Amino acid sequence: MRPEKTDKLATGLILLFAGITGLAVLGFLAYLLVTGLPHVSWHFLLSPAKAFQSGGGIRDQLFNSLYLVVLTMLVSVPLALCAAIYLSEYAAQNRLTAAIRLAVEVLGSLPSVVIGLFGYLVFVLQFGLDFSLLAGALVLTILNLPILTRSFEDALQQVPALQRQAGLGLGMSKWRVTTKIVLPGALPGTITGMILSAGRVFGEAAALIYTAGQSAPAVDYGNWNPFSPTSFLNPLRPAETLAVHIWKVNSEGLVPDARAVSNGAAAVLIITILLFNLLARLIGYLVKRRFAK
Amino acid sequence: MDELNQSFESKPTALFRRKKKVPQAFDRLLAPSAETRQEWGGKLVSCLAILLIGGLVLTLFAFLINKGLALFTTNKFSLGEFLTSTDWRPSHHHYGALPMITTSFAVTVLAGVLALPLALVSAIAITELLPNWVYRVLQPVIELLVGIPSVVYGYVGLTVIVPQLGRMFGGTGFGILAATCVLFLMILPTMTSMTIDNLRQVPKQYRLASAGLGATRWQTISRVVVPSAKSGILTAMVFGMARAFGEALAVQMVIGNAAIMPAGLMSSSATLTSVLTTGIGNTVMGTVSNNALWSLALLLLLMSLAFNLVLRLISRKGVR
Repeated sequence: MRPEKTDKLATGLILLFAGITGLAVLGFLAYLLVTGLPHVSWHFLLSPAKAFQSGGGIRDQLFNSLYLVVLTMLVSVPLALCAAIYLSEYAAQNRLTAAIRLAVEVLGSLPSVVIGLFGYLVFVLQFGLDFSLLAGALVLTILNLPILTRSFEDALQQVPALQRQAGLGLGMSKWRVTTKIVLPGALPGTITGMILSAGRVFGEAAALIYTAGQSAPAVDYGNWNPFSPTSFLNPLRPAETLAVHIWKVNSEGLVPDARAVSNGAAAVLIITILLFNLLARLIGYLVKRRFAK
Repeated sequence: MDELNQSFESKPTALFRRKKKVPQAFDRLLAPSAETRQEWGGKLVSCLAILLIGGLVLTLFAFLINKGLALFTTNKFSLGEFLTSTDWRPSHHHYGALPMITTSFAVTVLAGVLALPLALVSAIAITELLPNWVYRVLQPVIELLVGIPSVVYGYVGLTVIVPQLGRMFGGTGFGILAATCVLFLMILPTMTSMTIDNLRQVPKQYRLASAGLGATRWQTISRVVVPSAKSGILTAMVFGMARAFGEALAVQMVIGNAAIMPAGLMSSSATLTSVLTTGIGNTVMGTVSNNALWSLALLLLLMSLAFNLVLRLISRKGVR
């Protein structure tokens, strides 16, 4: 009888502790949403932040975060895709490839604050970009490249080798096989990887405080000339993102309603990340269904 | 025809000489096709991309090592004192990094040790005990938790955990314990999801074979499933700890930021990352105190390399 009793006891204990953990974690999520959602309104989303008074919104921070994601993706997706194609399709099994793989892995394991400091040293000081969206986007690119490369490579590897052989058998070059057969087949995986990494870029803060800066100067949303200093598209202006805003509002303590602003901003961050995740799932699901037909 | 044959049999140099003489059709046969040129182009571009990433990593290391060693080479500060002294007062030219090193390790190890059992228990419950639909429901939730920005964890720590700890144990509430709690919350989803993946990779036959021998479910879990996923579970733990070690803002918000040797779990202290985030903006580039901060950054870099090495060792050792 003893093993059965132990089994019952152990099962009960495991379920108990797992339940407590689950409840604690769900409570954490619920707390964030319950305290944050009441502060989220159109006014909150669409009005600029205030430095010393209450009632500020997050318009510029939200836009900066989204714009930064777009800029980062513009640089990192082509680079990571080419790198992944090389690793998956061309790379020979030798020491050089192993070293490059190791380098990508090490880059992916570095703390974001270290990468942020490197960006501060090189992009902000050396290249003279100052605190700017561009410097931030370049740092986020470094942060993003290893993740993207790995997920792209996984996606490429998922395409059956038989399809490649069929293409090669028709006399297509390897590059054509890659672009015409492998890439379309790997599309769902690459899109999912892109969206998930976009979520990470969206919430990054430690790498940005010394590269994209901690201030959000007033910008003109009607000015579409990216070279004008007041334009919202100008990549050389300093840009505080949503995550940096939460950190700054709380560590400086100058805004009287810091709690309300950060509660709302945290809820917006989480909902955006949730949307990113759902979008990634939806696309994966849709594409899978299309392929199944 | 004869001429052609001759040229084939002649010395290899004839190949080059022939180019001028023979008609164009033959020339085009030997010239690379559009397809081949495309192939070269593609290969070149993708090769350049990967070389760029490799070069980036080398540059990053070169810059940070160069900056990090400046304290010892240009400023002639002793490396031994940097690593063993507990006195960090940049205004008095005392640069002892031991308090930060100790605190960083303390919060990391505490968070990892706290999170491991709970992550393991949750993962076992989800993969082995509960029906499959629970996993399908919980998976997006766990993914969301993994994706929540660390600043949000830090913010919750600042507004909920710190006041709560202050009420329970007295004092301000800022300190190692608060940082541990925040990091624990932050790495728990990551570790759980990695552990779940590892447990699901254990072949079903193992469980069936164990059940066939008359083992109870707990016996199967404790003697077959968990041991065969052991290296994966350890990997998840070290991965989580590496993330905790490198976390900057969430820790900086709750640890109190006093660069002194921690006296207890509730005493205000500072980690490598928190000193970096507060300090870099307040010092002038090139000064001794600024160089000391870059040395801390180098230390952080080396530590994350060490974590990486440990991860490789674990995952290489335990393939079953």
